[in-house]
Amino acid sequence: MTSIRMTLAGVSSIAGVKSNDTLGSWFKRMLGALGLPLLGLAVFLFIWQAGAKQIDTSLGQFPGPTQVYEQSVALYAEHMSERERETAFYERQEQRNAERVAKDPNYVPKIRDYTGKPTFFDQIGTSLVTVLAGFAIAALIAIPLGICIGLNASLYAALNPIIQLFKPVSPLAWLPLVTMVVSAAYVTDDPMFAKSFLTSLFTVALCCLWPTLINTAVGVSAVSQDLQNVSKVLRLSWMTHVVKIVLPSSVPMIFTGLRLSLGIAWMVLIAAEMLAQNPGLGKFVWDEFQNGSSDSLGRIMVAVLVIGLIGFLLDRIMLLLQRRVSWDKNAITR
Amino acid sequence: MTKHLELTGVSIEFPTPKGSFKALDNVNLKIARGEFVSLIGHSGCGKSTVLNIVAGLYQSTTGGVVLDGKEVNEPGPERAVVFQNHSLLPWLTAYENVELAVKQVFKGKKSKAEMKAWIEHNLELVHMTHAMHKRPDEISGGMKQRVGIARALAMEPKVLLMDEPFGALDALTRAHLQDSLMEIQKDLNNTVIMITHDVDEAVLLSDRIVMMTNGPAATVGEILDIELERPRNRIQLADDAQYNHYRHEVLSFLYEKQRKVEDIGQHRSQKAAADNTQETAPAKKQAQA
Repeated sequence: MTSIRMTLAGVSSIAGVKSNDTLGSWFKRMLGALGLPLLGLAVFLFIWQAGAKQIDTSLGQFPGPTQVYEQSVALYAEHMSERERETAFYERQEQRNAERVAKDPNYVPKIRDYTGKPTFFDQIGTSLVTVLAGFAIAALIAIPLGICIGLNASLYAALNPIIQLFKPVSPLAWLPLVTMVVSAAYVTDDPMFAKSFLTSLFTVALCCLWPTLINTAVGVSAVSQDLQNVSKVLRLSWMTHVVKIVLPSSVPMIFTGLRLSLGIAWMVLIAAEMLAQNPGLGKFVWDEFQNGSSDSLGRIMVAVLVIGLIGFLLDRIMLLLQRRVSWDKNAITR
Repeated sequence: MTKHLELTGVSIEFPTPKGSFKALDNVNLKIARGEFVSLIGHSGCGKSTVLNIVAGLYQSTTGGVVLDGKEVNEPGPERAVVFQNHSLLPWLTAYENVELAVKQVFKGKKSKAEMKAWIEHNLELVHMTHAMHKRPDEISGGMKQRVGIARALAMEPKVLLMDEPFGALDALTRAHLQDSLMEIQKDLNNTVIMITHDVDEAVLLSDRIVMMTNGPAATVGEILDIELERPRNRIQLADDAQYNHYRHEVLSFLYEKQRKVEDIGQHRSQKAAADNTQETAPAKKQAQA
């Protein structure tokens, strides 16, 4: 009995020491993981606030953190009131239609869409959908093409000059051409997509497919000679060779390309929306700039921060996906 | 007696900017079924090139290789290779690595259950059942090489080609794997060609040791028959006069008859020439031992 008690006491004391220890190291880790970034953020906010006061523009003072906070609250309130008006509109419409149908059973009710101004949050949604669609198109083209180029040295030699030529082209140069081509080619009475959406989409895709294309090609052509010899000794068919050896081995490089592409896609989209007045965050920024009220700069600053935050989140999502898919857990994934 | 595997007048030249470089010249070798042959020679003498020609990864310029009456002109699973650096697919587990080979070789010949049993049987031969669902980066170098051997054995090859299979391992692990290999060889009695740098390894494992002259234009220098009783025990053999005599034969070939004559300047120019060949010869991307 005593021996059992002693062991129990021993165990609990060991456990106590251990948990104290881990608590200490946990605290240290949290300080490193959260403390320093928070400190950096605080210093940045301080410098921003102090610096903003020094800058006067024709639209008033440059927005500091406080103005930005006020404007983000205001933007949210606007969004909510717009949603309320929209619900009210549909309720009224439904009511009116019901009344007319009650009076005249032959009446076919007309349903009209609400045509209010898109809010900041609507624009975020539009931009997100556009960037993801454009990125998806780019990936669907770039990955298969990259695999072909990577496997075939002659094809690579033939296409490389074209890739190098188009890679550095700015989205602003593509935009007029894409706009005209979309207007000319997409002529229907009942369009499934808005032309502005297609223009943004193709501009984004054209600009962001290059990093994925190049990285895929490099990854595919860099499959180690040893693994290729294994494939030869096993007499794997072309398809099995690609699926079992080439693709897995180039997954890390493909994802590096995809992450670069998504980053570029997001930057390109904002620029394209500003220039073409296509719905989205870019248009929001441009409208506010043209609007020129005393709140405008604060609202633009909110948009800038949101654009940054979304860009960051998109990159994180890709990173998570990469860690999920990639076999190479030691690869530097930051 | 008809020979199982025959190399006749095998020569190979690699194109370089300074003209062609003759790596092998007139290599002749006959190997019987179930024979364990080691190729030994100094670095750069073309041992790996011989192996790669038998594997079908290189094509000889003149002469050729005949296996069971058929000429070898492309790689195939009946000449399975155990590569020096294991060459396992890093994204597959040990089991899946062997499975890839088994599925390829026995497609339509074995049922799913038979394949599974066959994969497990081969992993058991190399004592890897405990870690068969681990990926290569989770197991040690010796274990990776074991899986590499299991993958090659699972193809049921007519000839097993081993390119310095234990070269990258530490001495203790190497000894362990050599013992495993002898054990497996006792049961399966495969035809094996093994490249090695290690005189003890060659004498311990082989039925015959093929000693190669220095390159360029390397060829078979001497062939030594090893008539030691099997099973062989490394500790008993260490004190065995016959064993030491064989070792002496090989050592004297390597360090007296085929001593690498090189002052520093000559070594440098040879190395530069070798580097050039490697850069320019497209088929010769692998480091040549």
